[in-house]
Amino acid sequence: MTSAHESMVSAAIAAIGAAASTVELKAIHAAHLGKQAPLTKAKSELGNLAPEDRKAAGQALNTARKTVEAALAEAEQSMARAELDAQLATETMDLTEIPSGTSVGHAHIVAQAWEELEDVFVGMGFRVAEGPEVETDWYNFDALNLPPEHPARDGFDTIYVNHGEPGQTVLRTHTSPVQIRTMLDQKPPIYIVAPGRVFRRDTADATHMPVFHQIEGLVVDKGIGLAHLAGTIEAFTTAYFGEGFSSRLRPNHFPFTEPSAEFDIQRPDGSWLELGGCGVVHPHVLRSGGIDPEEYSGFAFGFGIDRLALLKFGVDDLRELFTNDVRFLSQF
Amino acid sequence: MKILLSWLTEFAPDGLGPIAQDPAALGDVLTNLGLVVESIEHTGNSWDGIVVAKVLDLQKHPEADRIQLVQVDTGGAASPAGEGLQICCGAFNMSVGDLVPLATIGTTMGNGMEIAQRKMRGQTSNGMLCSAAELEMGDDADADGIFILDAGLTIGTPLADALGAETDVVFDLDVEGNRPDALSVIGVARDLCAKLGVAFSAPVAELDESQPGANDLASVEILDNELCQRFGARVLHNITPGSSPQWMAQRLIAAGQRPISNIVDISNYVMLELGQPNHTYDLDKVPDGKLRVRMARDGESLVTLDGQTRNVTSADGLICDGTDTPIGLAGVMGGESTEISDSTTSVLLEAAVWDRMTIAKTSRHLNLRSEASTRFERGADPLGIERALARFCQLAVEICGATVAEGEIIVAGGWEPTAPVRLRREKCNLLLTTNLTLDEMANYLDRIGFASDPDGDAALIVQVPSWRPDSSIEEDLIEEIGRHHGYEKSGKLVPVPEQPGSLTPAQKGRRLIRRAFLGAGYSEAMPMPFLAPEDLRNAGLSEDGISLANPLVHEESILRTSLMPGLLKAVAYNQSHRSADVRLFELGRVYLANDSDLPDEPEQVAAVLAGASAVEATALLHEIAAVLSLPGMRLINGPRPGMHPGRSAEIQFWGKHLGEVGEVHPAVAEAFEIEGRVGWLRLETGPITTALSKPNKYKRVSRYPSSDLDLAFVVNDSTSAHEVSVAIAKAGAPLARSVEVFDVFRGPQLGDGKRSLAFAVRLQADDRTLSDSDVSTTRQKMIDAVTKKFEAELRA
Repeated sequence: MTSAHESMVSAAIAAIGAAASTVELKAIHAAHLGKQAPLTKAKSELGNLAPEDRKAAGQALNTARKTVEAALAEAEQSMARAELDAQLATETMDLTEIPSGTSVGHAHIVAQAWEELEDVFVGMGFRVAEGPEVETDWYNFDALNLPPEHPARDGFDTIYVNHGEPGQTVLRTHTSPVQIRTMLDQKPPIYIVAPGRVFRRDTADATHMPVFHQIEGLVVDKGIGLAHLAGTIEAFTTAYFGEGFSSRLRPNHFPFTEPSAEFDIQRPDGSWLELGGCGVVHPHVLRSGGIDPEEYSGFAFGFGIDRLALLKFGVDDLRELFTNDVRFLSQF
Repeated sequence: MKILLSWLTEFAPDGLGPIAQDPAALGDVLTNLGLVVESIEHTGNSWDGIVVAKVLDLQKHPEADRIQLVQVDTGGAASPAGEGLQICCGAFNMSVGDLVPLATIGTTMGNGMEIAQRKMRGQTSNGMLCSAAELEMGDDADADGIFILDAGLTIGTPLADALGAETDVVFDLDVEGNRPDALSVIGVARDLCAKLGVAFSAPVAELDESQPGANDLASVEILDNELCQRFGARVLHNITPGSSPQWMAQRLIAAGQRPISNIVDISNYVMLELGQPNHTYDLDKVPDGKLRVRMARDGESLVTLDGQTRNVTSADGLICDGTDTPIGLAGVMGGESTEISDSTTSVLLEAAVWDRMTIAKTSRHLNLRSEASTRFERGADPLGIERALARFCQLAVEICGATVAEGEIIVAGGWEPTAPVRLRREKCNLLLTTNLTLDEMANYLDRIGFASDPDGDAALIVQVPSWRPDSSIEEDLIEEIGRHHGYEKSGKLVPVPEQPGSLTPAQKGRRLIRRAFLGAGYSEAMPMPFLAPEDLRNAGLSEDGISLANPLVHEESILRTSLMPGLLKAVAYNQSHRSADVRLFELGRVYLANDSDLPDEPEQVAAVLAGASAVEATALLHEIAAVLSLPGMRLINGPRPGMHPGRSAEIQFWGKHLGEVGEVHPAVAEAFEIEGRVGWLRLETGPITTALSKPNKYKRVSRYPSSDLDLAFVVNDSTSAHEVSVAIAKAGAPLARSVEVFDVFRGPQLGDGKRSLAFAVRLQADDRTLSDSDVSTTRQKMIDAVTKKFEAELRA
């Protein structure tokens, strides 16, 4: 580099150092590297030199130009960054002052539990069946081995409605009529669960409502026995409640199953939760569903959906489920 | 049913084994037999280490005012008889010569405190004198002082012996309807002994009998065999009325009964022990000792033991005297006229088994439940009658000094033994998932009284015992085997269905609908499906809801025909709790009367928008339709029931009714005590879920540019924008790809009752770039269609 080059470079560097903005840098770029810049002009004057000097002079000029370009690029980058930072600083907001905005919808906890149960059983190979909530007493009782005048009918606290045959139309007291409808509707193998709304003539209190929800399971296949019931309950227990939960069956009595059992869930802390009833399908029930008990056997189980919903969220009063108070609904 | 451990043990001649010491484990065994233990209660006190002592001397403690030094004679129990043993005591209520309870050194008190030799201010105390509270004798005793004992007791005897108190364990069992036998000590003991593998024994009491015999003193005639299964009676003389001995009173109290008098208590005791309800007549009040058992006649009545006059019908059973006068309501309650009293000396004792259904009906229609009727409804043991009669007599001899007339009167009624049941090994092992041998099955059954004989090498012929009327088919026997073998031994197998699990299109669609409303910001409500009749009227709906035949309350006496009243109540509830503008939806069924057996139960979804108008409700409809990708919806303005007449529209879907949208009628809102406007949207879910199950067909996106144009028409206010838009789309086919209202304008220059509707139309062809003439021709067709069909004018 000649001294002329050096002075051109140092003049450019000085100007860059003095620049206060990217706009000024653009002007400096024009002044020191543009068409009228000394370095540009010097390049066009290279032709005046002797051919043997031309190469060295050209290289020197090139070095000088590169030095200025690099200095400019560096200055531009840091200044652009500083300017962006300054601009962003002016855009600062308090994000905590922003209101929560629109309210979101909350699914009812019974619906949540209902869907979760459906999913668990679908995963286990079950289909979901449904039936009418207003039933004939044949489906609700007779077909399920509860003939008229059976004392156990009293225990169901049945609500009757004024429709159809007088005294023979009920609000179903359990989801079990769906068992009969399913069996009459399809041939085994049957693997279904039937979630649904059921009714009892109960005064509302913390643990009773005249309207509540149950889920019922029915399996009818060849070679089905008690172990398949116990295994299905166990698989459901682990799938729904989680690892560390287990189940047991203990003898009980229901008209629709024989043998009958109650099933309990054991929590990881060892405590037990009574969940529902189950058993091997009574031959009368199979026959009501048009199935030959000598060819097929099956099991059934049932329990409350509402109860699981209450347990999951620690709600201690069944009536809460039906208040429709948004302060309740929006918690879940 | 409360069952005492000591009572159970009386039926186990060799005891229950080591488990008897562990009531909790015993409780688990009972529960695992299906006799669910609801609670285990310990009664009585053992008072181990506490003896009767006599106060010999009382001295002031030299160092303490609140303690005195007591010298007691423990009669050799804790110190040589006759010598004083020093006790430091903080109570001052005893005198020299009093008998007091002394907790000797080494005693653990009921509260866990251990009695040891202690020094109190330099003086040795060799035990503790006890107050009633320290003896846990209940709160009626004076807790402040030492419990002064009856002067007649022997010094040095253990307190438990001196006071005759026993400890016991009470199991409260929840007995299911199929186990009438377990409503008795004998039945529970039979099951328990079988499960524990210990001997069970229930001998019939042997009696010294007198002449003349019962059959000479009394007689029984059964006129209706359907009513009475079997009837037994005995006669007792020389009854001495009085109270029951302590042991019997204590057992009855522990079992939940109140001791009354010796004969009544014996009657209850025998019922609890053997499950056989029984009844005593004052023999002198029964002419000739004659009993006639028959169905009642309509119009008859009698006064029962509780003093009530009972009007009976031909569905009820009676016990009458020889003159055919009713003296007892069969199986439910005895009559007042023959009740035993203090002057009774001779008793006619009845133990009968009645028809289950008749007793159930009688107790229901008279609303009269008794311990007896409960047992008869479930089924008592027809062959247990002799045992019950003998046990009663045995106790009456022991307690009342009675003499027993020789023999029993037994009259056969309608009872027939259950037909033998064939049990196949294979069937049993299939249903229990077990691999039991025929011998094992026979053994489990035999231990609970089901005798059997092999039928070939793969089946048993089983005799059902008379105390198990619930058992009549093979599956009943399989359950018995399962109970005694243990359900847990069946193992756990997960059956694998051939078909995969799945939801139906309707179930999937329901979920999508729920998600759409949740996504739009609506929370899911769950109102009761019952309404009061006025709820429908208040909602402007027709009052044709199906009524409940036996409602609990008027407010819940009909089934809803609409989701509107329930949701409006929810809005009102929330408004009254300072949540004004709630957004709620419900997904549920309504119940519509029809001519068939069962009503229609269409599923619907409805949303309420408190504090919002038809505009927001319609926007919600569009949002739901967009989220669910439901083309083909059409709105038809017009009044709908319960809705604002000028702000409601029917929603049609591919030409079929789908629901309605708009605003709740202000008068309806007011009737439900709601403030402000209420937006409303209701949809039938059926057509939607059907549509959702068919995916929208792919349409290839056109590669050619589209062209937009705006059209504005002045139309009457009554002209539906939707209809105009449909007309434009139709006329613009096939090039019109979308038609949207983008502006509505009213102004004096348009005239009264007129408005301008501006539509943005996008045109596009699949096969070419649109030419100018394509656009102008289509534009003209659309204009012509609108101006021709409606009273409309194109705005320049």
